[in-house]
Amino acid sequence: MARLKVAVSARDHVQGPDDADVTLVEYGDFECPHCGHAYPIVKQVEDHFGDRLRFVYRHFPLREIHPHAEAAAETSEYAGAQDRFWEMHDLLFENQQALGLPLLVESAEALGLSSAGLRKALDNGDYAPKVQSDFLGGVRSGVNGTPTFFIEGERHDGPHELADLVSAIERRMKRVGVRR
Amino acid sequence: MAQQILPRGARAPEFTLHVTPDQTLSLGELRGKPVILAFYPADWSPVCGDQMALYNEVLPEFKKHGAELLGISVDGAWCHAAFAKDRRLHFPLLADFEPKGEVSRQYGAYRTEDGFSERALFVIDRQGTIWWSYCSPVAVNPGADGILEALESLPRATEPATR
Repeated sequence: MARLKVAVSARDHVQGPDDADVTLVEYGDFECPHCGHAYPIVKQVEDHFGDRLRFVYRHFPLREIHPHAEAAAETSEYAGAQDRFWEMHDLLFENQQALGLPLLVESAEALGLSSAGLRKALDNGDYAPKVQSDFLGGVRSGVNGTPTFFIEGERHDGPHELADLVSAIERRMKRVGVRR
Repeated sequence: MAQQILPRGARAPEFTLHVTPDQTLSLGELRGKPVILAFYPADWSPVCGDQMALYNEVLPEFKKHGAELLGISVDGAWCHAAFAKDRRLHFPLLADFEPKGEVSRQYGAYRTEDGFSERALFVIDRQGTIWWSYCSPVAVNPGADGILEALESLPRATEPATR
């Protein structure tokens, strides 16, 4: 069973409380259609579990097959540096079909962020090391495609529709003896 | 049931297979470099979870160890060419096509009942001996973590191999 090798830390983008019963980590790619499919499902999973779940998103851009994935990931980090990571994350997945530089710029503007600043950050690759660090940590952890989910550090193999994720997380909660 | 794949310490069986419709590659040509052999069932599995697409992304990490990556399946050279072009693969795919699956069989990585290769990984050391091998359930893409750990544990090129 593949296990998450990089612990959740302050450098991660996190939704939900640090003392949640279970942590769900997604390695994703903003251009990956399967990740786009999983995006609303993850939101439903978060709604379902509320404060019992902590969700972490990490980058795993498949750059060869998804030409815009790297720039999209760096754009989300640019927003993240200004505390707007999740809004950008949502915008990018919600507009996945139109992904490309114009959408990245528009999304930055929609969030009130400087588009000139974004272009500069992309040209300089300011956030490339962060994205690459997520990617390599994912490789080390046995990420085998996108999206790859880890539930409490264990890779979730198999389908990731709503029912699959909810039941896998519930099984994990039972195993750690969580009672609420 | 499937046979056992060749274990660590076994001599890696030599082979010559088509890498393009008009070129062949022999394992022996790569002696002196670590070689990663990745047997897989078939070209054209779904994109984002595809094992070869993943290894393509991790290729720079394999190269840091001086390693050569070879994908092997029973698909023919023309099929491999189309697949490699579509997925923009930067490493060779070998066609274990005629006699079908013969090299896979030699490595213990052929599923006779299905007629295709296992998802079996081998890291072969610079002297041509299997250093690490792993067979994943056929439905589970094994990822790249095991390969990287095996490459890291290889003796350096200048050190004598000890095991």
